[in-house]
This record gives sequence, structure tokens and C-alpha cells, in this order.
Amino acid sequence: MTIEVRSIRRWAACGAVAFALGSASFVASAQETIRAVMDSPLRMLDPVITTSHVTRNHAYMVFDTLLGMDINDKPAPQMADWTVSNDGLIYRFTLREGLKWHDGTPVTAADCVASLKRWAARDAGGQMLMDNTKSLTAADARTIELTLAKPFGHVLEMIAKPSGIAAFMMPARLASTAPDTALSEMVGSGPFRFVADEFQPGVKAVYAKFADYVPRKEAPSGTGGGKQVLVDRVEFVAMSDAQTAMNALLSGDIDFFEQVPTDLLPLLEGNEEIRHQALNALGYQTMGRMNFLLPPFDNPAIRRAALTAIGQADVLAAMVGNPDYYQTCSEMYGCGTALAEGEGKDDVMASGDQAKAKAMLDAAGYDGTPVTLLQATDVPVLTAQPVVVAEQLRKAGFNVQLLPMDWQSIVARRANQGPVDKGGWNFFITNWIVQEVWNPIVNPMLNGGGREKAWFGWPTDAEIDAMRAEYAAATDPAAQREIARRIHEHAMDTVSYVPLGQFRLVSAWSAGLDGVRPAQVPEFWGVSKRAP
Amino acid sequence: MTTQTLTAKAVVPSGGAMNRLMSSVFKQRPKAVTILAGIVLLVITAIAVLAPWLANHDPLALSPANRLKPMSPEYWLGTDAFGRDLWSRIVYGARVSLIVGVGVVVMSIAIGLPLGLLAGYFRGVDAVLMRVMDGLMAIPGILLAIAIVSLTSASLWTVMIAITVPEIPQVVRLVRSKVLSAREEPYVEAAMLMGTSTFTLMRRHLMPSTIAPLIVQGTYICASAILTEAILSFLGAGIGTETPSWGNIMAEGRVYFQLKPSLIFWAGLLLSACILSINLLGDSARDALDPKMKRRNA
Amino acid sequence: MLSYFVRRVLAAIPVMFVVALFVFLLLRLSPGDPAAIIAGDMATPDQLARIRTALGLDRPIYEQFFVWLSQLLRGDFGTSLISQTNVLTMVNQRLEPTISLAIVAIIFTVLIAVPLGVIAAWRHGSFLDNFVMSSSVVGFSVPVFVIGYVLIQIFAIELRWLPVQGFRSLFDGVGPFAQRIVLPALTLSSIYIALIARMTRASMLEVLDEDYIRTARAKGLAERLVLFRHALRNAAVPIITVIGTGFALMVSGVVVTESVFNIPGLGRLIVDAVLARDYPVIQGLILLTAGFYVLINLLIDLSYALTDPRIRY
Repeated sequence: MTIEVRSIRRWAACGAVAFALGSASFVASAQETIRAVMDSPLRMLDPVITTSHVTRNHAYMVFDTLLGMDINDKPAPQMADWTVSNDGLIYRFTLREGLKWHDGTPVTAADCVASLKRWAARDAGGQMLMDNTKSLTAADARTIELTLAKPFGHVLEMIAKPSGIAAFMMPARLASTAPDTALSEMVGSGPFRFVADEFQPGVKAVYAKFADYVPRKEAPSGTGGGKQVLVDRVEFVAMSDAQTAMNALLSGDIDFFEQVPTDLLPLLEGNEEIRHQALNALGYQTMGRMNFLLPPFDNPAIRRAALTAIGQADVLAAMVGNPDYYQTCSEMYGCGTALAEGEGKDDVMASGDQAKAKAMLDAAGYDGTPVTLLQATDVPVLTAQPVVVAEQLRKAGFNVQLLPMDWQSIVARRANQGPVDKGGWNFFITNWIVQEVWNPIVNPMLNGGGREKAWFGWPTDAEIDAMRAEYAAATDPAAQREIARRIHEHAMDTVSYVPLGQFRLVSAWSAGLDGVRPAQVPEFWGVSKRAP
Repeated sequence: MTTQTLTAKAVVPSGGAMNRLMSSVFKQRPKAVTILAGIVLLVITAIAVLAPWLANHDPLALSPANRLKPMSPEYWLGTDAFGRDLWSRIVYGARVSLIVGVGVVVMSIAIGLPLGLLAGYFRGVDAVLMRVMDGLMAIPGILLAIAIVSLTSASLWTVMIAITVPEIPQVVRLVRSKVLSAREEPYVEAAMLMGTSTFTLMRRHLMPSTIAPLIVQGTYICASAILTEAILSFLGAGIGTETPSWGNIMAEGRVYFQLKPSLIFWAGLLLSACILSINLLGDSARDALDPKMKRRNA
Repeated sequence: MLSYFVRRVLAAIPVMFVVALFVFLLLRLSPGDPAAIIAGDMATPDQLARIRTALGLDRPIYEQFFVWLSQLLRGDFGTSLISQTNVLTMVNQRLEPTISLAIVAIIFTVLIAVPLGVIAAWRHGSFLDNFVMSSSVVGFSVPVFVIGYVLIQIFAIELRWLPVQGFRSLFDGVGPFAQRIVLPALTLSSIYIALIARMTRASMLEVLDEDYIRTARAKGLAERLVLFRHALRNAAVPIITVIGTGFALMVSGVVVTESVFNIPGLGRLIVDAVLARDYPVIQGLILLTAGFYVLINLLIDLSYALTDPRIRY
């Protein structure tokens, strides 16, 4: 028997050597391709129908935007430059010369008008823009003219913003698709072409350099500036879990790994061949939302008790672990944003006060109605918060039931407005990119539109909607800021939602990639690849 | 006849099947492997029953400060990614595995046995029922189970139901085939001619012949149910994390496989030992109950 | 023979109908909302309602069923709700990894299990026999993913001989293909090796008792020839049966193995589709798998006639 085992071992060793030789030749032929693992596998292609981050990142490869947002989050020209009339009501966007769709036809102003209309039908900010717009027309082949009905201080910002749904430009024949029906063809004018033949939903998406793309002359900055493509192909590949992706990065199978779980960072320490950095400097906001339609959280006093019980420090410690990558933040707009209060503001939410919450809860007349808290079991950045929040709420006297399920089930369940025994819910937790919450227009939780218009949880709050309209109309930054503070105060008082803190996710990439830089979205233009 | 004797009859098979089983286990000097398997299973059952005394931590208590700790006097097998004690979770996990194993056997026989008797006895029922069973059998069990669990909710009950459904056709087929051959026996034909009522006929003459094969089949169903629970958890379609099971302990440990392989290996070891023992006991039961098979599989 | 074939094919039709109806009802009667998954984080209730309408999910269930059924009769399996890709195209994309995995696993199985079974039968009752039989029980008792992780730990992480995960097409070169398929195929074959070694041994034992084997031995034929030429040939029938009845086992093994080794095959496609409530993909895949199962069983029945001269139809 021992002889047999030994000979098997020898045989296996020979085999391994042969395979190693085989693989060397393969690596050599793949030099000009960047292989990247994104935050989740790409399945949906239409960036206007979904807000999924990976779809948005895919769309930045294929589609271009009229305006970009520079690294300081200021609107910057991209496909177009703009002028504003003196009264601030007429915006003219002039397309750059030489822009072409991937099917070879020229980009026209009429295409862009159609694209803006489809985008505005789905994006909250876009809707608000259209509500204030009198007309949106193509003045000539290269000029788009937007005339406001009343002053609206955020035209450029809405068209340039990378989050929620970005205003991607596509040919009119695609943009005329009904906004609720997904596009089946990917033709944009972005720096990369989508290789439809090689797309395998959930496995692999392939982008090839678009030879006819004319980049701007400026250096890239955020989503603005020149998008110069320095490789032949980029592939988004899916990996079943973070560990697998990490192994693939360490062994050179992939070049870029968008979200490295903090627990795995020690594997990268001291590794000269891999670099890592949090590329989105503002990072993410994690937050909890209560259901305003169901008891007990239909009672504002009970919502306030819950807010008092919850402390961010414990949540973040359990979720992220390493304090280098998180901070407590009592700011609904996210810390480090234009509308946030500066340093020195009291960080009221850092630690919870369960004793005080208990007193508030008794005063509010809480009758022990169970709180059903949804917990995602399959997304590492979402599993820890519900467990900690449940513990904090229980200490304050809430009767909490954790309901574990996969994230997709939560996504389906949170849309259910019925009672808990009919598939409803009381509390769930999710994460936002800070750019998705950083002002009262884009922040979905601040919408008070009730059962029809509001975000999951469905608060009916005419007061906050009036203030948001006021914010939208304000053109002076100081006035905008003052209104934003009033909204913030009101939202904290009614507990529109519970910010649970801010954290950053680290991206890692092979040292063979040059030009990877911080931006609002992962960018593969301006990045070149050296042979290892 | 009273209900009491009826149940007694169902549990203790007539016709000597049980006697043969007993004699194989106790008189004929069972093989060392069989004894070892029995001991392993007893130990695991003891762990499951005594879990509250064996665990030195609350299996659900979080301790974010103590994430992914190695083995220590405080945490015997270390802690998981939430700082929960791995030893305590594994001890409690034994309960889930055994409950799933036994529960699925009980449920699949409770449903499959009557259906099989009906199909074997009534021609009309047979045609329709067996087409439905063929359909169910054609759907790979694991896919059916994944679909049932993830489309409803991830509770212990749904998982058990999801594992039971694909097992039912196997039981029905087995019972039906035994009934069909029993019908040909002279004593059954005699009973039919004497006008014995259908119910009595089934209970007294047809059902006993199915019991020996069902005992054997039951052990295999039990082993495969425990295995399937682990697979479902592993694929993210299992019982939620507030109910520790060997399957979901391993599923949660996957991400940390390289940093801390013990998150997978301890639960995997126990799970394998448990299933192995049940399978070995099943083999011995079959050898004892079916002398024809014995020679071939000894 | 031909009429038997036709009868069997006709009998498969009601079975497939039961499968289709069952799967459809299971999916539509359980909670879940593909529209919510499609729309993503920022969706509002009226947007969700519009997407449901666009997908036809607001129509009565029986109407949706008949729409699907009539599509199926035209050979159209529909398009994914999530990715807008044709279901058959998706299946086609994922077919190669799964088939490669299954075939290599079956080759490993036959190469390892049949000789083991033959040896065990030949030395019936010896230590070798007991060893082979006991370890075969281990084979189907240890969960596939545990075996997978043990193999990864030893061969990919400790010894660094093989890659941890992934799949390369055979068309990318034999080296990269073989390098990545070895561990998953070994993992997948573990259950099968156990089953087939046992089955081979059992049917060999039966055949070895037959007169013609005694005659062959008495003629002084070399033992190796007796075993492999005469006995094994007649023991082939039960072995083929195992491959057929083991199909369900194979499916579960494939789903898990693909997940452990990150192989973009059909197994992962269906798990992903279930999690995303992508109804057309789930329905189509389950129906295709069931059809394949029925077909395999039909082929196996026919192959009995070819391998065993005593069987006639």
C-alpha cells in the first residue's frame, strides 16, 4: 500500500510541473487585459432601470456623461461644455466635436435630449429637475437647451452626479425604450465598447478599447477630465467569495479587487506586489430604516427611543473591526461632505444610551409589539449591524426578532407594505455610498411621499417635502446650507432614519497597474498595465 | 383491535424482521466497525442532548472584541467572525443535524408509506400517483430544496420540508414495489378471497412486508438529510445564523478559510463522522434484514 | 425496439408536464419580487409597480402559465428577467464548464472505482476488500465541499501545485484546462467512486460464481483476463444503472463543486437565479435538467439491451 501511495505522489508531482509550464504561456498572452473583480457580479446592464453599483460602474465604461464630477465633487465638463443665462434659467450644453456612438454614428443633441428624458423618468434628482423645467430641446445638432420654469439651483450637479442614477447618454433609438423596460443592447459613446458576444451574466463582462473615442485634453479628475484608455481590454469577472478573489489577486489571476473585506487585509501587509487604498475617500454610510406604516414605529416617540438606544461605535466595531477604516458620524448627509457641519459638532450617535431609551419607551407607552429586524446573511458588509442593533434595542426594552435571510430576499421583502405576518417588516439595514445621501435631493430617506412616492418605510411628511422643494429652489450656497440644516434637524426629530456610521472599503490591485487613482467610481481609463 | 396495538404493530415489525435485526446486533457478534459506528452516534446524540451543559458560552452571544480568536482555555475551539464561541456553536449544531435527520425520516415515511400502499393496491390511484412521483423524481432534489427554502423562509421547518419532498417518491416506489409482490403471496390472496376489509388487509398483510426495507431505507434517508442540510446551508439556502447548525457554521467559515481553517474543519469532521456512522449502521441493518444482500456486501 | 422507444418517449410527456406545472406553481405561489431586485436600492413603490407591469408579473397566474407553456411549445425558454439574456443562450454559455467537470469526474471515477471494485471482489473477504468497502462508505459520507476544501488546503495552499479556483476552457490549451479541472473533478468524483466501487464489487461477485467463469478458469485462462474480459463485461449493467440513478447525486455534487471552485457552470447559474427570483431561468433550467434525467434513463434502459444479451424488448 505504501508503495502505491508514494508512486501516486510522484505521479502527481510530475503532473503539477507539466501544468505549471502550460500556464506560463497563458499569462504571457494576456498582457493588455485588466481583469477586475467588482463588488458583485454584473447581471443587469441597463443603468437607468437599476441603481445597483456594479451596473453603474459598468455603465461608466460604456456610456459617457454630459458632465463629470471632479475629485472635489464639483461639476466639470465631459461630453459637453455649458453656459448659463444671466437670469439662471437657460442652460446651454455644447457637445464636443468628434463624439461617436459605438455603432459609428455621430452623437447628436437630439440623442442626448432623449437620454436625459429617460433618465429623468427614473432618477429622483432627475424628476425634481424636470418638475422645474419648462423645456428641454436640441437647439441644433450639437446644442442642448434646457429652460427652467422656476429657479433650480442644482441643474449641473444633477447632470454630473455619479450616484443614484447617473445621466448616461445613449443613442435616441435606445433612449426611446420605455423607462421601465430594460435595454437589451449596449451602445454608448464611452471610452470602452461593450463586447456583447462575450457577456455571461453573473460570470464575465468584457470591454474593449473604443478606438474612435476622443478624450478631453485635461488630466482625469473624478468622473471629469480626459478618459484615455491605455489597455486593450478590461474584464469584470465574478468570484464566488472574497477569499477566492483574494487568492486570485495574490496569484496574479486578476489585477484589481474592488472591495477587500477588512478581515483579509492582513494577507496584503508587506506584499510588494499588491497595492491597496480606499479609492472612494468619502466611503459609505451604513444606516437603519424603520417602517412608518406599522406599530410600534408608527409612533414618533418610539422611533426616538430606538434612535437613543442605538450606538454607532459598537455597530462599526463589529462590522468593520479596524478603526482605521471607520468613523462614527451623526450626520445624515455623511461626514466630510459640503452640507455637513464641520469639526466640533457633538457626535450624539457615537454611543447609545439604553437606560434613557428605556425611560423614553415607557413614557411612549410601548406595549411590547415585536420588532421584526431583517438580517442579511450573505453580504459580509451587512451581516453584523442587525445583530448588534438587535442587542441594543433589546437592552432598551424592545421585543426584537431577528429574521435572517439572503440579501435578495430582503430586497424583495422590504418592498412589502403589509403587516409582518403577511411578509412585512419593521426595521432593516443597508449601506449607501456617501454620494447617494449627501444632500436633501438625492438622499432617498428624506422623501416624505408616503405609500406611493417615499422610499421603503414610507413616511408621510409634507413638512420635509416642502423644505426639500425650498432647498431645490435655493440658488445661493449659504441659503441651501441653512435649509439643509433645518431639514437635518427635522429628520433627526422624526427619525427619518438611523445613521449607523461611516466606513471605507479598500480596493487592492497588482503593482503592475499604473495610474489607479481615487475617484467616485472605479475607473479603468488612465490605467496602464506592465508585464509582471 | 385498539389503536394501541395498531401503533405497536407499526413500530415492532412482525415477521421476524426486528428479531433478525436484534440477533444480528446482539447475538451474532457484530463487526467492530458496526460497534464503533454505534458508539460515535451515541456520543453525538449525547452531545446534542447535553448541549446546554457542554457549551461554556451562549452560542449566540456576540463579542465583537473577540473576533476570530484562536483556541484558548476560554474559547476551546476559538471564535468565529462575530466573536461567538465555536465549540458552543458546534455542540448546539449537533441538535439541528439530528433533528433534521430524524425529522425527515419520520416525515417522508409518514407521507410515503400511505401513498405507496394506495398506489400498490389501487390500480387507478397507481397510474396518476406514479406519474406525479415520476415528475417529482425527475427534478434533482437539491434544486427543488434550494428553491423551496430560498423562496419561502430559512427556518428549521422549511429546511426539513424542502429535504423531505424529494425523498417522498423514493419511499413511495419502495413501498409500492413491496406491496405489489406481497399481493401475489398465497396468504394475501386467501385473505382477499375471504373478504377481509381493505384497511385490515393493508395493515395486517401488506404493511409488514414493507417494514424491513423501510428501516434500511430510513437510515440512508437520515444520512442524506443531514448531508443535504449542510449543503443547503453551504449554498446560502439553509437555516439562519441564530440557529447554529454544522452546515451554517461551515458556510460562515468559508470566507475565513485561509485565515482560520478550523472554522470549517471541526464541524466538517463531526458531520462526516455522523453521516458515516449512520451509513455503516444502515449497512449492518440491511445485511441483517436481507440475507440475500449479505453475501454480496459483507 | 422502435415501438418501445416511442412508447417511452410518449410516457415522458406527462412527466415533463408535471415538472413544468409543479415548478411554475412553486415559484409563483411563494413570496418574492423580481421587480424589487431589478430596481435596486432607490426604488419607490410606483416605480416597482411599473416594472412589474412591464415584465407581465401583474397578470393572473394561469395566464402567465399558459404564456410560458405556449412559448415552450415553440422551443422558446424565455429571457432572464434580470439580464435580459435568452435562457438558452445563458445555458449554452455555462454548458462547457459543467460538462467538462462532469466528464472528467466520470473518467476519474471509472479509472479509480472499477479496478478497486474488481480487486475487492477478487480478494473477497480479505483485508483489502474490507478496506476498499469501508473507505467507499467514507466517500459518500463526507460532504463534497469538505473534500473540496481538504484538497484545496493540501494541493493548492500547502503544496502550491495547483490553482485554488477557476476554470479555463479546453480551447485555451490543455495545460491551463487540466490544471484547473483536476481538483474539482476529483472532488466531484468522490461520491461516485464510492458508489461504483461497491456496485462493481457486488455484481462481480455474482458473476464470478457463474459457470462460464469457472469454465474459463478451468481452461487455465490468466486470472487478469478472467476478471477484466469475462466478468467485468457482464457486470457492466448494474454499473451503468448507478450512473443513471446517481444523476441526482451528480447534480447536487456539481452545484456544490462549482461553488467551492468558482466554476461558472450551470450549477452556479441556477443557485444565482433562485436567489434573484429570476423565474424564467429557474423554470427553464429545472425543466431542462428534468428532461435530461428522463433522457438518460431512457438511454440506460436501451443500453441494457446492448450490454446484456439476455434482455430483449
